[in-house]
Amino acid sequence: MNKHASPSLTAKTIVGGVASSQRHDSAHKHVTGQAVYIDDMPEPAGLLHAYLGLSTVPHAAIVSMDLSAVRAAPGVVDVLTGHDMPASNDISPTHRHDEPVLATDKVQFLGQPIFAVVAETREQARRACKLAKIEYAEEPFVTDILDLDRREGKLVTPPLTLKRGDAAAAIEAAPRRLKGTMQLGGQDHFYLEGHIAMAVPGEDMDVTLYSSTQHPSEVQHMVAQVLGVPSHAVTVEIRRMGGGFGGKETQGNQFAAIAAVAAKRHGRAVKIRPDRDDDMTATGKRHDFVIDYDVGFDDEGAILGVDYFFAARAGFSADLSGAVTDRALFHCDNTYYYPAVKAQSAPLYTNTVSNTAFRGFGGPQGIVGCERVIDEVAFALGKDPLEIRKRNFYGTTDRNVTPYHQTVEDNIIHRIVEELETGADYAGRRKAIAAFNAGSPVLKRGLALTPVKFGISFTATHFNQAGALVHVYADGSVHLNHGGTEMGQGLYVKIAQVVAEEFQIDIDQVKITATTTAKVPNTSATAASSGTDLNGMAAQAAARTIRQRLTDFAAEKYQVPTDQVVFLPNRVRVGNQEIAFGALTQQAYMARVQLSATGFYKTPKIHWDRDKGQGTPFYYFAYGAACAEVEIDTLTGETMVERVDILHETGRSLNKAIDIGQIEGGFIQGMGWLTTEELVWDGKGRLRTHAPSTYKIPLASDRPKIFNVTLADWPEAGEPTIHRSKAVGEPPFCLGIAVFHAISDAVASAADHRICPRLDAPATPERVLMAVERLKREAGA
Amino acid sequence: MIQAETQIRFLLNGAEIALSDVRPDETLLDWLRLSRALRGTKEGCAEGDCGACTVLVGRPTPDGLVYEGVNACIRFLGSLHGCHVVTVEHLKGEGGALHPVQQAMVDFHGSQCGFCTPGFVMSLYAMWMQDPDPSEAAVEKALQGNLCRCTGYEPIVKAARAISSYGTLEEDFLAAERTAVAERLAAIRAGGRVEVGTGKDRFVLPASVDDLAAVLEAEPMATIVAGSTDVGLWVTKFMRDIAPVVFIGHLGDLKTISERDGVLTIGAGVSYTDAFETLSRRIPAMGPLIDRIGGAQVRNMGTIGGNIANGSPIGDMPPPLIALGASVTLRKGGARRTIALEDFFVAYGKQDRQPGEFVEAVHVPVPSAETQFAAWKVTKRRDEDITAVLGAFTLSIEDGVVRAARIAYGGMAATPKRAKGVEAALVGQPWTLETVEAAMDVYPSDFQPISDMRASAEYRMLAARNLLKRFFLVHGGAEMPVTVSRERAA
Ligand SMILES: Cc1cc2nc3c(=O)[nH]c(=O)nc-3n(C[C@H](O)[C@H](O)[C@H](O)COP(=O)(O)OP(=O)(O)OC[C@H]3O[C@@H](n4cnc5c(N)ncnc54)[C@H](O)[C@@H]3O)c2cc1C
Ligand code: FES
Ligand code: FES
Repeated sequence: MNKHASPSLTAKTIVGGVASSQRHDSAHKHVTGQAVYIDDMPEPAGLLHAYLGLSTVPHAAIVSMDLSAVRAAPGVVDVLTGHDMPASNDISPTHRHDEPVLATDKVQFLGQPIFAVVAETREQARRACKLAKIEYAEEPFVTDILDLDRREGKLVTPPLTLKRGDAAAAIEAAPRRLKGTMQLGGQDHFYLEGHIAMAVPGEDMDVTLYSSTQHPSEVQHMVAQVLGVPSHAVTVEIRRMGGGFGGKETQGNQFAAIAAVAAKRHGRAVKIRPDRDDDMTATGKRHDFVIDYDVGFDDEGAILGVDYFFAARAGFSADLSGAVTDRALFHCDNTYYYPAVKAQSAPLYTNTVSNTAFRGFGGPQGIVGCERVIDEVAFALGKDPLEIRKRNFYGTTDRNVTPYHQTVEDNIIHRIVEELETGADYAGRRKAIAAFNAGSPVLKRGLALTPVKFGISFTATHFNQAGALVHVYADGSVHLNHGGTEMGQGLYVKIAQVVAEEFQIDIDQVKITATTTAKVPNTSATAASSGTDLNGMAAQAAARTIRQRLTDFAAEKYQVPTDQVVFLPNRVRVGNQEIAFGALTQQAYMARVQLSATGFYKTPKIHWDRDKGQGTPFYYFAYGAACAEVEIDTLTGETMVERVDILHETGRSLNKAIDIGQIEGGFIQGMGWLTTEELVWDGKGRLRTHAPSTYKIPLASDRPKIFNVTLADWPEAGEPTIHRSKAVGEPPFCLGIAVFHAISDAVASAADHRICPRLDAPATPERVLMAVERLKREAGA
Repeated sequence: MIQAETQIRFLLNGAEIALSDVRPDETLLDWLRLSRALRGTKEGCAEGDCGACTVLVGRPTPDGLVYEGVNACIRFLGSLHGCHVVTVEHLKGEGGALHPVQQAMVDFHGSQCGFCTPGFVMSLYAMWMQDPDPSEAAVEKALQGNLCRCTGYEPIVKAARAISSYGTLEEDFLAAERTAVAERLAAIRAGGRVEVGTGKDRFVLPASVDDLAAVLEAEPMATIVAGSTDVGLWVTKFMRDIAPVVFIGHLGDLKTISERDGVLTIGAGVSYTDAFETLSRRIPAMGPLIDRIGGAQVRNMGTIGGNIANGSPIGDMPPPLIALGASVTLRKGGARRTIALEDFFVAYGKQDRQPGEFVEAVHVPVPSAETQFAAWKVTKRRDEDITAVLGAFTLSIEDGVVRAARIAYGGMAATPKRAKGVEAALVGQPWTLETVEAAMDVYPSDFQPISDMRASAEYRMLAARNLLKRFFLVHGGAEMPVTVSRERAA
């Protein structure tokens, strides 16, 4: 790539505008190893390393802490405890004061950080941690919510109830009714780059942090709070993460705070990076749930009323569990209309690491619970689940009010599912599979088509804002900055496309720069799929401000009406003449035109009254569907994904290549969650799956053998989003649910599809085999 | 005896390196990143599972210089004497362009966060050098040791299959240097024993197997390190002190495979990768099993000898080898003894091996034409996962009657263990479903498995029993396939 080639002045279109499959801005650096992650940055002279000492019991009062051997270990410079936090030992992101930087008097899960060693090398710090002598007075603990009274157990944050109509009465009055319970496992993020922070002390109160975080502003605020300094003293910068997936929304705060405190104490830069096993032990994960449901329906499979109880393992503190469990409820309808519904959440306290954001943020769990209910209804009536799905779809003009009283205005699920059903030949394959299964005693195939509707916006309304900063230099090159962070999702390149489009310049004229709290303040986490929607609009606004100034300047200078100033590719037509963009900016500079601007955006329309459980929490919905075919071995429970077809929409896509990457990657991650990724705690409260040797995310050989991904090209966002595109980060994660249902369908053949398999997730070979055995027994009985 | 060299020498990318100040447990990854500031190679797990740290190691073999992907995170620096280490920074295409592997990855959108990417590039490069026109299955096999959490792999697999459209192996930069590199490495290796460090904090690369025997006699408590795919984790995860260390992975005379009178003799230093060709040809069921051990990097480093010597109850080689009636030769100084492999495993964590003794070779009888052999591994994830249950079966069936049976399991007891009760229930019986079902009921007398994060005891027992049934169906004429398969319909 020749970055310094001068832009074409005759081109019909720019390179890298919106709606182009521009490759990831860092692709050439990724493949050459030149992309710099925090651990790759040149280290400041005198850098120290910190490492966390973790608790070894799940619940206890700390009776005494003897850290003398730790202090005496080679290379050790300092040992920090919670008492050493200068102003506050609290980093609870929702300000419930339930999450210390370092536990002082009690530990609430096995692996909780209780001290930090600062040493000359990372290895010295890590080795020294093992020398602590901590005396605990152990208390009873609970890791599994199945061991709790889910209705009465201690909560970490207030629960939510959604209600529309009288669910109890509707269920009671329905011709048919059934109840059940489903267990749904959690998930480790397994970002390939683990947590890391490096703090560089500055003058006065200042400190600069390089933190692998999706939420630099929160890191800034937390570090300021812990240090007892104003936010202006703390600068947080992040160029790129090696993956985030929600795991770096709040979980980086702890590492950043410790690095900052140590850096200020010693006047030296401090880096902290846990080993993978410690990262997995000490940082939060996707919430696992136990979902109770009670549904009333008619003989045709129309749901008349439903009652859900979503109990979640929140861990020892609130973290984001409130919002996560809220979002589970917001998605307990998926694409279906409930005439009457009640849904409650219970974010339960457990002696486990505090669970946190993870792609979908509770939404996928809500959808899984909902789809289980659909399956139950289908089996009860002996119908194909797809028929029941379609029967219960939201309408477009009626039957379109959600359990939270928002009207679904942009419903396109009918067409999505219809096109996928035809395209994937659902009916034909359903028959072929039945024939295969009839002749195959050991191997059984299964098929499922599941839809997705995903609500877009932060449910905390105030997060739906973003800022951007754009400089145009005199030579016409552009510096772009905004509040969103890059974790691989292609946000930076999409925003650069938006800015290139506004100025009509080739994308290589737009410099993408690291996210920093010093350039754009008070930013929201890059989360909730909102990165492009929010930051794209903010960057567009900034660019438009400058473009307007350039327009006004050119109109005045060349004495033409402003409508005769037209931005063409890499040039501007002013009246009858064309001026290179860089020449015009040079002229503007000479004429003292301000070529820097900020941009700001806040999502319109949305509001949410949590106490009432009513409002319009989502700006719009994103839709998609997946059809999966699997084969299972009824002797071992081993599973093979034979084929998957996906039809997903992202409105008028800004970048199809990036969007397809998000869909494929999200799908596989969702599939992994529901198949091989299993979190196991033992009787001592230890997480036993704390490394890739024991925690199995999908490999290339777990991909569907046939994998067709199509981006629906006809939808466009109903709302005036950035170039009418739609969010893509989280919704496709839920497409993985199709694989789970296909497995369930295959299991069902063990009892001729007469019994709902009630498969729990993840569907490991063990769960599959045990379900097959159970069904055989029940069918025989 | 000649004076030992006191430094290790190897090639790093274009440079020759000589080091005399190396800790026995220093990893290649830490050295690259911390001492050489080569930070394109990433640490994702420090335990050989994610592949972010993949680099190529070129080593001289009887067939010439071979480049293989290895996990730098668990590879000890000291073991690289006489090797060529190639990191992502070294890759280049023609005239300063990206290397074909890199360009394919860029064009197919093979990276998102990019953290896994250098490792993928290196694994794909290693694959491409062996197989410039890989099938989808070959790509999947080459990538079993590389995790990507972002892309879902689809674009990476597409890129992998397109590499050759960006350039040819003949024009590849490493190919051009091959002869020169091979000569330099041969010169380094000609030097004899290498001994670096002093006192306890020391490591030795013996000059030969005889030299190894001598070194171990003098230092019986030294840690033997072959491929370091187990020992590496003792260091990176448990921070165990392993010094002094004796490296054996470079010893050509431990890397031989020979066959005599229907018995394969596999040197203790033979890697899975090197064993694959012979084993899968002579004992076809071993091929697919080996393919499910670790990923390519682990198979390139890890040895069958190490898999036996570490005595794990979930190692994948002992059960099939026991079922085949293998024996193992142990050597101490000049003294050798050969024992049945099953007798080597005494109890959990205890093997029949004396201090100073080492595993020299394993002897594997090739099953006769009348014998049926199969070995199946059951895991949570198909590839690169540790065994929950592994069943291996060698049965002779004549005239519809079971004449002999050797059945061994992994994951079912504290050691790899034979199912002697089950065997007894089969031998002399007609080879029918009734016999098999009766034998399936005998399992609880042979095994009382445990529950852990990989599987419950109940599942282990059920799957173990069902594997016998699978064996019957496969070798008793089932009409339909009875195992799921990664193969694609034509
Ligand atoms: C990511 C990953 C995946 C893995 N997957 C699998 C798997 O699927 N199946 C499986 O079975 N294993 C697996 N392993 C474990 C490992 O690869 C094997 O056990 C391997 O065969 C060990 O061989 P090595 O040469 O690496 O041994 P090393 O790590 O070098 O040594 C292992 C042990 O054997 C001793 N030893 C080695 N050679 C000798 C000898 N000649 N004489 C006496 N003692 C000796 C060492 O002192 C040490 O105690 C995996 C490991 C990793 C890191
Ligand atoms: S860092 Fe994961 S394999 Fe080496
Ligand atoms: S691109 Fe992020 S892990 Fe592979």
